[in-house]
Amino acid sequence: MTLKRERLTDLQAGANFIPRHIGPREKDIASMLELVGASSLDDLVEKVIPEDIRMEGQLELPAALSERNTLSDLRRTAGRNQMFTSMIGMGYYGCVTPKVVLRRLLESPGWYTAYTPYQAEVSQGRLEALMNYQQMVSDLTGLDLANASLLDEGTAVAEAISMANRVSKNKGEQIFLDADTHPQTVAVVKTRAEALGLKLVIGDPETELNADEVFCAVLSYPGSSGEIRDYGEVCKSLKATGAISIFATDLLALALLKSPGELGADIAVGSSQRFGVPMGYGGPHAAFFATKDEYKRSIPGRIIGVSVDAHGNTAYRMALQTREQHIRRDKATSNICTAQVLLAVIASMFAVYHGPEGIRKIARRTHRYAQICAHEIGRLGYEVKTGSFFDTITVHVPGRAYAILAKAREKRINLRLVDGDHLGISVDQTTRRSEIERLLSCFNAKALKGRTLDQVDDEVSECIPDTLIRTSEFMVHPVFLLYHSETELLRYLRKLQVKDIALDRSMIPLGSCTMKLNSTTEMIPITWPEFAHMHPFAPLEQAQGYQQLFEDIESMLCEITGFDAVSLQPNAGSQGEYSGLLAIRAWHEANGNSNRDICLIPTSAHGTNPASAVMAGMKVVAVLCDEEGNVDVEDLKAKAQEHKNNLAALMITYPSTHGVFEAAIREICDIIHENGGQVYLDGANLNALVGIVQPGKIGADVCHMNLHKTFCIPHGGGGPGIGPIGVGAHLAKFLPDHDVVTGVNPAAAGRKTIGQVASAPWGSASILPISWAYIAMMGSDGLKKATQVAILNANYIAARLRDHFPVLYTGPGGYVAHECILDMRHLKEELGITVEDVAKRLVDYGYHGPTMSFPVVETMMVEPTESESKQEIDQFCEVMISIATEIAEIKDGKASVEDNLLVNAPHTQKLLMGDWNRPYSKQQAYFPLSYVEADKYWPPVARIDNVYGDRNLVCACPPMEEYLEAAE
Amino acid sequence: MSVKYTEDHEWVSVEGDIATFGITDHAQEQLGELVFIELPEAGTELKKGGEAAVVESVKAASDVYAPVSGEVIETNSGLDSEPTKVNEDPEGSGWMIKIKLSDVSELDGMLDKEAYSKLIS
Repeated sequence: MTLKRERLTDLQAGANFIPRHIGPREKDIASMLELVGASSLDDLVEKVIPEDIRMEGQLELPAALSERNTLSDLRRTAGRNQMFTSMIGMGYYGCVTPKVVLRRLLESPGWYTAYTPYQAEVSQGRLEALMNYQQMVSDLTGLDLANASLLDEGTAVAEAISMANRVSKNKGEQIFLDADTHPQTVAVVKTRAEALGLKLVIGDPETELNADEVFCAVLSYPGSSGEIRDYGEVCKSLKATGAISIFATDLLALALLKSPGELGADIAVGSSQRFGVPMGYGGPHAAFFATKDEYKRSIPGRIIGVSVDAHGNTAYRMALQTREQHIRRDKATSNICTAQVLLAVIASMFAVYHGPEGIRKIARRTHRYAQICAHEIGRLGYEVKTGSFFDTITVHVPGRAYAILAKAREKRINLRLVDGDHLGISVDQTTRRSEIERLLSCFNAKALKGRTLDQVDDEVSECIPDTLIRTSEFMVHPVFLLYHSETELLRYLRKLQVKDIALDRSMIPLGSCTMKLNSTTEMIPITWPEFAHMHPFAPLEQAQGYQQLFEDIESMLCEITGFDAVSLQPNAGSQGEYSGLLAIRAWHEANGNSNRDICLIPTSAHGTNPASAVMAGMKVVAVLCDEEGNVDVEDLKAKAQEHKNNLAALMITYPSTHGVFEAAIREICDIIHENGGQVYLDGANLNALVGIVQPGKIGADVCHMNLHKTFCIPHGGGGPGIGPIGVGAHLAKFLPDHDVVTGVNPAAAGRKTIGQVASAPWGSASILPISWAYIAMMGSDGLKKATQVAILNANYIAARLRDHFPVLYTGPGGYVAHECILDMRHLKEELGITVEDVAKRLVDYGYHGPTMSFPVVETMMVEPTESESKQEIDQFCEVMISIATEIAEIKDGKASVEDNLLVNAPHTQKLLMGDWNRPYSKQQAYFPLSYVEADKYWPPVARIDNVYGDRNLVCACPPMEEYLEAAE
Repeated sequence: MSVKYTEDHEWVSVEGDIATFGITDHAQEQLGELVFIELPEAGTELKKGGEAAVVESVKAASDVYAPVSGEVIETNSGLDSEPTKVNEDPEGSGWMIKIKLSDVSELDGMLDKEAYSKLIS
C-alpha cells in the first residue's frame, strides 16, 4: 500500500485552533447530526434558523491564524505600547500583583473559568474570597457592610447616588458633587443624572454646599488634586437635613486616614485596583461599595452573606437577591448583574498576603515618597498647592507645565497635566528612589545636588493633620494574619479553588451564559506588561498598540454584527443596554422627539432589560408572549400603535430567552420602525448567530455583545464582563466619548454625545486581546462552525433528554436554538421535587446545575456551547437520565417522597462519619455512576438554608473562633 | 365585621372607620417563606390600588397594594423580627397595616370570601 504524499502546506499548522475550540470531533458531529435528524451542519442551520434572516455569503474576516502566529501578532501589537512610569494618578495607580496570586489565581483556569456563585454549594471557595473582600472594604472604610464589587469608581459613585435618591430623608432634588473629584467620575455622574432628570451641582463642599437642597453629596477623600480635607462637619450638616453623604475614597489612603465611617459617611465607594490589579489601560478593576447596616436592603449589586447548611454548618451564599434586577425588574435598585469578581478576589488576596501591617507599610512608603517630592519641589521654588495629601500633589508651575511635562516624558515619566500652570504628581506602591530622582530633575537639573533622598527624608514632616490620622484598627480578622508566607498563601488559594466547580472540572451548562472555552492562548497576553501596566490616560502616542487593537476589534465586531460602529466603553452587558438606550434617546431628541420615552419589553425578557430602561429614563410597557414563548405579535402591534407618538424603543432578545429563533423577528422590527421606535437587540444569545445572522441586517438598530459569553472572555466567577454596543450609522455620533481622553468617538466630531457611561475611555481594555485572539484564530469559517456546533450540541441534548424531561419550547420542526429548556414543573406538582433538588443532585455527580427557573419557573435551561465534546455531553445526558430514574423511583413508591436522593442532595463527606440511616446506599448517594469514582467532587457544604441567610444577614467573615476551628 | 378581598390577593377587614389589611393565605403560599416585610410609616397617605408594602421571600419580591384609601395609623411592628407570622397566620397575627378609611364606598364591589375562593380555585 502506498500512502499519498501530503504537500508541505497540508502539514503546516494553519488554522490549528478551530478543532481545539470546538469540542466534538468530525465523526462525532456526523453521528450527532444523525440523532437530531439533519444531514449536515448547513442542513441543521437551514432547519433551525429562518431563511429570511440568514446572511448571504460569509463574514469578511482575515484568514484564521495559528495559535503561535496569533501570539506573535499580539506581541507585535503589545510592542507598540510604550512603557512609561505613570505618575498621572486620577484613580489608577501602579501596583504589584504578588507573583503567587498572579500564577495561582489570575492565570489559573480554576479561578477564572468559574461562573457567578448562584449555586452556592459548589462556589464556597470564591464566596469565601469575596467575603474577605467585603470584610477588608468594610474595615478600611469603617462602615458596617460592603458588597462584592461594582464595575468601576465612576459607576460606583453613580450607583451610590441612585441609592441615596431612594433612601435619603431629604427630598431635595439636587446632587452635590465635590469639584475636586476625578473628572471621569464627574462625567459618568453627569450622564446618569441627566438621564434621570436629577440636578447636579458641582462645587466646594465646605463653602458652596447647601445641605437643605440636596438629597446627597459626593465628597472626595482624598480629592483628585490630592488634597485631604476633614469632611466631618460637612457630614454633620448633611445628616441634620437627612441627606446622604457619599465618600469617593481610596483604600490605600484609608490605611493611614481616619475612615469615612468615623467621619460620618453613609456610603463609601472607590476602586480597589491598586490592591494588586494591573491598571490595564483602564480596566477591568473592582469598585467597592460600603454602607451602614440600615441601608443594607438598598445596596446595588451582589452581596455575599453567611448562612448555615442542612447540617447546621457555616456556609456562604449570595444574599438578598430580591434587591436585584432579575427579580425586581423595573423596580430594581440597579441594573448591575455581572460585577468584577475575579478582580475583587485578587484585591482580597492582596490584602490577605500583606495583612494590615504590610498594607500600612506600603501606604506609609507611598506617602513618604509623596512628601519627599513635595518637600523638594517646594525647595526648588515651586508652590505645592496640596497642603495635606496622601500620594498625590498638585504643583503650581506658572507657564511651565508643558515644558516640565515634556521633560518628564523624555525621562519616560508621565505626569498629570492639570492646566498650563499646574501639574499633578502621584506616586504608588511601585515607585522607586531612582524615579523620584528623575522626576525632581525635570523641575530643576540641579535638584538634589549633593543631597541624598535619605537626607530629604529626614527633613520632611507629616502633612496630614492629627485629627485625620487613622487610629482605628483594620483587617484584624485571622484571615488577614495567617497567610503571609508564600507557602501558606499557595495552599490557601488551592484550598479555596478546589471547593468550586469551574470549567476545568466539568461542563457548566448554564443557559443564557455561554460557558465556552477560555483558551490559554487567548488568556496569555493579558498579563504582558505592555498590556497590563498602562495608565488609561497615558498619551495616545504611547498606546499605539492598544489603539490598533481597538481599531481591529471594532471592525471585526462591526463585520460580525453587521453594524456600522462599535463602542467598547460599556464594561458589562448591563452597561451596554443602558448605553444603547441612551443613544436611542439622544437620536430621538436630535430629531425633535424628546417626548419619545416608552420602551416595549416582552415579558420573557431578562430582568436587566427593564432595569436598564428605567435608568435610561424610559417608561416600561410589557408585551405579552404566546404559549410557545414567542412575542405575541398582535399584542406588540397594538401596544406599538397605542404608544406611537411616544414610542422610543423595543428591547428584544434574539434568539429569544426561550431558546428559539422567532420567525417573526423581521416583522417585529418593522412594526417598531413604522411606529417611530428603534429596536434594541439584547445580544446575550449572540453565540447562536455569529457567522449566520447579522443583527444589524435584520432590523436591529443597536445590539450589545457580551464579550464574556460569545467572545471567550472568562466569567471570572462573576466578572469581568464587557458589553460593547454596535449601532447603525444613524446612531454612531451619539456613542460614548470621554472627558479626559479625546477621540474616543470619532463619529461625534466634537458634537455632544451621550457622554461617558464608564470611567475608562475604552472600558476594560486589557482583556480585549482575549476576544481579538478568538476571532483571529477562528476566522469566518471557524466562527460559523462554532455557531453551528453550539446549535447542534443543544439539539443533541434536547433529543437525548426529551423522553425524560419535556423540552419546553421549540421552533418549527421541533428544533431549539443554542440552548434548551427542560420542563420540571410537573415534578413539583406531583412529587414535590423542585428544579433546585435536581440542580443540587447534579452536584453529587460533579456537575454545576444549569440555569434554574429562568425564563420559566421550575425549568432548567441547558446551554452546552460548541466547546463541549460529545463524550462530555453524553456523560451529562447519562447523569440527567440517571436522575430521571431516581425520580421515577419516587413516583413508583420505591423511594420515599420526604427522604430521597434528591431532597437530601448534595451529600457531603461529613455525612459519612455518622451512622448511615438513609433509605438508600452510600454508593447511590456518592457514586451513582461509575465515572464518578475516578474523580469524585466532594461538596464542601450540604444544602444551604437560603431563608436563614436572608433573615439573619451577616456579610462579614465568621467569628475568629469558628474560622480558626475550620482552618485546623 | 366582614372580611373582603381584592383580586391582587389582599384581605381587608373594617371596624368603624378603621380598616386592617394584609395578604391572603393563597398569596403567602405562592410567595413561600417570607424573609422581610417593608411597611410604610404611620401618617403615610395610601391610595386604593397604590403600593402599600413590599413582601420578600428568598426568590421573590412583591408589592402589596392598598385595598382602600386612607392614612396609615399603625403597622404590625412584630413582622420586623418575625415575618413568618404572615406565613403562619396571614389573616390574624400576620396583619400588616391599619388605616383610617377616607372613602367607605371603596369597599363596595370588593370580593367576598366565596367570590375570592372561586377566583383562586
